[in-house]
Amino acid sequence: MKQLAVTCASIFLGLALWQGVIWATDLPRFILPAPALVAQTIWESRALLAENALVTISEVVLGLILGAALGFGSGIVLATSPRVRALVQPLLVFSQAVPVFALAPILTLWFGYGLGSKIAMALLIIYFPVTSSFFDALMRVPKNWLDMGHVMSANRARLLWHIRVPAALPGFASGLRLAAVYAPIGAIIGEWVGASKGLGYLMLLANGRAKTDLMFAALIVLAVFTLILHAGVSAFVKHWIERRFAPDQH
Amino acid sequence: MKIAPGLNFRGSIGWKDRVLLRDLDFAARPGEWTCLLGASGVGKSTLLRLFAGLDDGIQFDGTLSDVSGQVAMMAQSDALLPWLTVLDNVLIGARLRGETADRSRGQDLLIDVGLGDHSHKRPHELSGGQRQRVALARVLMEDRPIVLLDEPFSALDALTRSQMQDLAAGVLRGKTVLMVTHDPNEAVRLGHRIIILTQQSLEAIEPPTGDIPRGIEAEDVLRIQAGLLQKLRTQI
Ligand SMILES: Nc1ncnc2c1ncn2[C@@H]1O[C@H](COP(=O)(O)OP(=O)(O)OP(=O)(O)O)[C@@H](O)[C@H]1O
Ligand SMILES: [Mg+2]
Repeated sequence: MKQLAVTCASIFLGLALWQGVIWATDLPRFILPAPALVAQTIWESRALLAENALVTISEVVLGLILGAALGFGSGIVLATSPRVRALVQPLLVFSQAVPVFALAPILTLWFGYGLGSKIAMALLIIYFPVTSSFFDALMRVPKNWLDMGHVMSANRARLLWHIRVPAALPGFASGLRLAAVYAPIGAIIGEWVGASKGLGYLMLLANGRAKTDLMFAALIVLAVFTLILHAGVSAFVKHWIERRFAPDQH
Repeated sequence: MKIAPGLNFRGSIGWKDRVLLRDLDFAARPGEWTCLLGASGVGKSTLLRLFAGLDDGIQFDGTLSDVSGQVAMMAQSDALLPWLTVLDNVLIGARLRGETADRSRGQDLLIDVGLGDHSHKRPHELSGGQRQRVALARVLMEDRPIVLLDEPFSALDALTRSQMQDLAAGVLRGKTVLMVTHDPNEAVRLGHRIIILTQQSLEAIEPPTGDIPRGIEAEDVLRIQAGLLQKLRTQI
């Protein structure tokens, strides 16, 4: 309850600052629209915003699911096969030196203007954090658990399935938390480079036509979605992973 | 009850190029408790891990009894898995071998260690002493003739520790037990044989007479305990 009050107060402060700048500087509305105008635009263009938001949301959610699944699989392969690890790890590190942004035009070329290239962008941007945090956790499983497994005559597959993976799930969870923040960035960049739908596309369009109020409206919808996504993923991760698999730390 | 095998090691042990214990001739007798003491870092845990088949880089040269598949182990850290219930922790061995677990036997063992009402809790809901009792039940569930204990009770308070000693002596009866400990009192209460390990040699200490667990106040227990402590002090 107190938390809620503080959040409301802080939102109010933000709006007051925004309005204050407008009063103080007398900027024209195509440079900085007033909060009230933006609110009005959100309401009036709700159908347009909803339609484009839905596109962006599907890109982000699909990218998140696919990226998480791929990261999960890669983490396991890297952790179980020293040979693959030796071969692939330098490649992964090198690939991190390429800014994912720079790949957006190529992905658009390969996967087209539709959902595909945006999902690929979101996936790419979250793949590394998810993979590396899961992989690290798989490699840091407490030795005494593994020793116990060995003494109990477990084979490698069962040791992996019954001890290493559950022990590493909290690490995977922290990768997911990061992913929830990154995935929308990936989708928006993808839309900027080439799209005919989505919030990123709408922002560019509005900007080009000096409809700054619509651009702010799209921005706010995006921010709200990102916050909800992050809160949702956090709650999911806390309930289904952290409280279950590392209850002593959560 | 069939007779448990003993443990033997004759030879040298080391890590990579460093020799830790040279020309060792160690034996733990079948069906008895052997307590192993010695200075920190002398190689007690290493010897235990060798018997357990945990060869993470331990080098040895000599003869070692092959007891693979016959050993259960319990250490200072209880190694309970936090995502499993107490009962599922007790049953973990069967799961790890792909066997079907005997849940009612697991439950009975939890009753034996006094935790019958806690089987559905998770480890973080238990006290340190209770967790060690779960680990003991897990060892019993394994039902292996040889039990290796590496300072299993050293993290417990004195009262809980002495209760755990009584409990363990009872439930592990008939098994070959090799226990590493730093506590002379523990060694004289539980050891059919007491051995001090040094870099050069093994020294056997005459234990008190009587069945284990021996009473804490018995005259010979106290005397031998004092002598043992004295001996350990001079070795550092
Ligand atoms: N993984 C390892 N690699 C190399 N050397 C090791 C390794 N583990 C232990 N050692 C060395 O082996 C020696 C014996 O270690 P060990 O754990 O057996 O001693 P300990 O007698 O059990 O001591 P403590 O009473 O403190 O538990 C130590 O000098 C230690 O540094
Ligand atoms: Mg040790």
